[in-house]
Amino acid sequence: MFSNPLIYFVVIPVIMLLGLYLSRNMAQIRTVAVTGSLALLGLSVWLLVDYLGLRAAGASDVMLYRGDWEWFSALNIKLSVGVDGISIAMILLSAIILLTGSIASWKINPLPKEFFLWLILLSIGVFGFFISIDLFTMFMFYEVALIPMYLLIGIWGTGRKEYSAMKLTLMLMGGSAFLMLSLIGIYYNAGIESWNLLEIAEKGNISENWQLFLFPMAFVGFGVLGAMFPFHTWSPDGHACAPTAVSMLHAGVLMKLGGYGCFRVAIYLMPFAANELAWIFLILTGISVVYGAFSACVQTDLKYINAYSSVSHCGLVLFAILMLNTTAMTGAIMQMLSHGLMTALFFALIGMIYGRTHTRDIREMGGLMKIMPFLAVCYVIAGMASLGLPGLSGFVAEMTIFVGSFQETATLNRVFTIIACCSIVITAVYILRVVGKLLLGPVQDKHHLELTDATWWERTSTITLIICVAAIGCFPNFFAKLISETFTVEIFKVLGM
Amino acid sequence: MEQLFPILILCLPLLGFLVLGLLGPKMSHKLAGWTGVINMGITMVLAYTVALTFFLGESTITEPIFNYKWLEFYDKLVISIGFLLDPISALLLIVITTISFFVHLYSIGYMHGEKGFQRYYAFLQLFTFSMLGLVVATNIFQMYIFWELVGASSYLLIGFYYTRPSAVSASKKAFIVTRFADLGFLLGILILSYFTGTFNFTDLNNGNLVATQFGGATFMGCSLLTWALVLVFMGGMGKSAMLPLHIWLPDAMEGPTPVSALIHAATMVVAGVYLVARLFPLYLMEEAALMIITVVGAITALYAAIVACTQVDIKRVLAFSTISQIAFMMVSLGVARPEHHEALGYMASMFHLFTHALFKALLFLGAGALIHAVHSNDYTAMGGLRKYMPITHITFLIGCLAIAGIPPFSGFFSKDEILAACYANSPFWGVWMSVVAGLTAFYMFRLYYRIFWWNEPDYGHHKPHESGWVMTLPLILLAAASCVVGFIPFGEYVHFMPEPYHIHIDPVVAVSSVLIAVIAIALATVMYRKENSLPDKFAKASCGLWKAAYNRFYWDELYMFITHKIIFNGVCRPIAWFDRHIIDGTMDGLAWVAQRLSITIRPLQSGSVQAYVYVYLIGALLLGTITAVCIL
Amino acid sequence: MEIKLLCYLIPSLVMFCCGVYGFLTRKNMIAMLISLELMLNAVDINFAVINRYLFPGSLEGMFFTLFAIAIAAAETALAIAIIINLYRVTKNVNVKDVNKLKG
Repeated sequence: MFSNPLIYFVVIPVIMLLGLYLSRNMAQIRTVAVTGSLALLGLSVWLLVDYLGLRAAGASDVMLYRGDWEWFSALNIKLSVGVDGISIAMILLSAIILLTGSIASWKINPLPKEFFLWLILLSIGVFGFFISIDLFTMFMFYEVALIPMYLLIGIWGTGRKEYSAMKLTLMLMGGSAFLMLSLIGIYYNAGIESWNLLEIAEKGNISENWQLFLFPMAFVGFGVLGAMFPFHTWSPDGHACAPTAVSMLHAGVLMKLGGYGCFRVAIYLMPFAANELAWIFLILTGISVVYGAFSACVQTDLKYINAYSSVSHCGLVLFAILMLNTTAMTGAIMQMLSHGLMTALFFALIGMIYGRTHTRDIREMGGLMKIMPFLAVCYVIAGMASLGLPGLSGFVAEMTIFVGSFQETATLNRVFTIIACCSIVITAVYILRVVGKLLLGPVQDKHHLELTDATWWERTSTITLIICVAAIGCFPNFFAKLISETFTVEIFKVLGM
Repeated sequence: MEQLFPILILCLPLLGFLVLGLLGPKMSHKLAGWTGVINMGITMVLAYTVALTFFLGESTITEPIFNYKWLEFYDKLVISIGFLLDPISALLLIVITTISFFVHLYSIGYMHGEKGFQRYYAFLQLFTFSMLGLVVATNIFQMYIFWELVGASSYLLIGFYYTRPSAVSASKKAFIVTRFADLGFLLGILILSYFTGTFNFTDLNNGNLVATQFGGATFMGCSLLTWALVLVFMGGMGKSAMLPLHIWLPDAMEGPTPVSALIHAATMVVAGVYLVARLFPLYLMEEAALMIITVVGAITALYAAIVACTQVDIKRVLAFSTISQIAFMMVSLGVARPEHHEALGYMASMFHLFTHALFKALLFLGAGALIHAVHSNDYTAMGGLRKYMPITHITFLIGCLAIAGIPPFSGFFSKDEILAACYANSPFWGVWMSVVAGLTAFYMFRLYYRIFWWNEPDYGHHKPHESGWVMTLPLILLAAASCVVGFIPFGEYVHFMPEPYHIHIDPVVAVSSVLIAVIAIALATVMYRKENSLPDKFAKASCGLWKAAYNRFYWDELYMFITHKIIFNGVCRPIAWFDRHIIDGTMDGLAWVAQRLSITIRPLQSGSVQAYVYVYLIGALLLGTITAVCIL
Repeated sequence: MEIKLLCYLIPSLVMFCCGVYGFLTRKNMIAMLISLELMLNAVDINFAVINRYLFPGSLEGMFFTLFAIAIAAAETALAIAIIINLYRVTKNVNVKDVNKLKG
């Protein structure tokens, strides 16, 4: 079991938990958190390199590093793991954000030990979700990732934290109820007693009527986490109240679970229904894209702006997945990567600014460029990435999505592609509005003049994220190939395209 | 060697940006400034070498010098970053590097002691990099990429004085307006690439092939190709400040003056013209698209010229003059047809782009020197400056003569070709553009007289004086260039048809246009040479036209209304309200219903065992009875 | 002489009904406990006699009775302990007054 590298993505966090249990002071806690996340990052980079090596050497399986371990044989539940290019990209993203999130919570207070405990538990869920290909264990890890959120927001949050934590948890749980139903439905209707994704896709045969019934449930179930209109309202409140690292992980990684799940479970296993029902969800996600952007234009709380911007950007992810062609789907995964990094950067910066000014209302701040140039410049870079400046990650992802979506000739797809394109203008409006009000112009509050710029750990965290954002933006082909080569012929045969 | 120079041309400014941007705060002003200047100087030399080798050598290659795959979509649809050297890109290489170098040099004096000096130079390098990348683009998507980058660097430079609210809002406006136009550009690219399956200019410019690939697809009564081309042109309208997307350019004058000279006069704003010229063979396939370009250009030219006659801020006068001159180039492209003088308009447009870049940069830099001397943008604070600033005076005069189209200055030659092209297409456009040319001469000399003649205001103790050599040298060189470049046999190098075009001056057009210019200058002399009440009388007699023009025909108010009242208050706020109260309200409502329900049924769980037993007993009896009844 | 099964069942029924009645009507917890014991004992009687009359060969009923008696004893001890503790707090043993644990 331990010869499979993937299992270490779960083992390392467990060891970290043990280390946390033994640590006695803040320094030890930090050491455990940072070392562990570095180890995870190192492992994921190694995995990426090794994966590319294997592929180059001609490995042609859909998933590599396969492993199956009996878990509960009465129901055929196994712990099956395996990764392809998409999962690796997601794992890499999670590792980066876990690391930067840990560094960004350098001075978390109170209860640092408990905070990291839940944070690491959350990351177990995230990594477990991305490595597993067994529907049941996937669902289990999904739940493991969700529950800690409640405590993390409820205890370490700010503002109306109890309300937001409750809302977020309940809405996501509502989503998982649908999801559970749909997963069980898939298990019993696939005709082969298996939870394994690949086996179901290959040999399973879910009847068309069942697909039409199960697909919407699975899509909505994951879509709630992907902030699909109209199930997105947990996102603004939840993000606004969450502590920095939690916002980062949640918007950066957890929301990606939604998009990933929609692709991997809903569309991959039920292609017939995906083709039939895509239009409903295209409309919903298309609305998400512009709706989130328009809403972001009038918010005054930095985190709300960003949360609505996430609704818009994640809407684009689901939108592109539903286009059901290689280019758009590649774009969707790139958008996940890009949005994950850039939104984590945003939330990190907002947390840092909030930690200094103690307000997130843009009307009460101004001219921060003069006071904290480093943070302000980083904020501008994050903003530019968000509005799709070439050279940063947002541009390549969005363009891949638009070019891909435009290949679909159906009128509905065309109309919504054009509507989605409009979001690039609206995004520019709200990003520049924030930049103009928050960073530029005269200083609003005299007390702010005494504030200091970023500390070294804040710099480390933001610079890491910026480098990643720029790397995707400058060398997109590497990532695009990693992802698009995963959409092998088999997948599209399954999808009926 | 063949690839090295082009790569260096792109890489040096980028490197300069990174070095100045990252290490700038650690550098002294002097070091940072001269690093920028020298870096730009080297780039200029390289660009000249490449361009002149191209022009003077056997200039037949139109294959990209290099083309790296940047992002693959599918099959042939690939975004590459490459370097395409052809007559127009070589021309633009010269223009951009020259003006950029002069601006770099000039800024050493102009920006002396400013806070953020290093940042300023870093942004200038970034802009130059983006602009160079734009003009050498081998495919339309590379152009779009750098198009966005020039937009962003323009945003950064307009907002250079970021503590000033006016600069912040001007930069925001510039970015958003051009972004809106870019939406059109993007959609145009998407349509073109969908049908042709390629982004490459070489493939796209094969007009007949593209037309077959479109296969006569139509949308709302127009062919899709027209739609695509008009949408692409919309991107050009945004960057080149054509009506109705011109509103950002006058406000963009909030940036430092050298920036206005570089970005908002000579280089970035002609990107729209360049774009149309780049795709000109394709535009020729669709008469309707060319017609739209002509109409938009002609209206803009007239509008901007009228507004320029009334503005007080000297930079705004120049800004409107820029809009008007770019519109000249647009019209020139719009009227160009291979059957009229071998698409003379195409050549004329590029020629005017070239000459305009030089004399408009000269005028802006001159304006910068004036502003530097009197610390105000308004000509009301100036007057009689010819005594104090002789070099600026002479060079500014040369610039004015050039833009007014007086021989032998460069503007005469290029404008003459444009007018000839207009007359060749239709006398209507010819007359129209001649009138605009007359207005140009009038407002430029109005400006000239108000600044250098008129009546001298009280300058106080600090009499205005000439600036240092770093500022005057670029003026002198640009003025010299404006005097001579008109004699370059431009048509030999840049021509639409395979054969070189031999420029010849059409005597009728030339004489009439010079006559109009001279009359306009004479009128300006009468009105503005000495302080008098003629201008006021004229303004009063114009029945509100003057006031309307002074307020730029209320375009800004219209846009404010649309953005604030309609989009912001009419769309965004309702959506945000809807989200908070309807969508979120539904979710909260669900929670509320669940809570009420639980409160309602809670008394049933009284906790009193006796009550439970009662209920149990009754239930058991009922069940027993029912069972008994059923059995019996 | 043979005593009929019914002769055992009727008294046990009466006992059970008394228990139910007492359990429902009394407010005193001790009285309720007594009523509970009555019901249990009625059930014990039923177990024993039904085993004796209907399944003379087996002993399950007897065992159940024994178990029930043992459990009843334990339960009584526990209940009395709770009641005494409650009495210390509230100074009475009225069941209506014991609602402090209700949410």
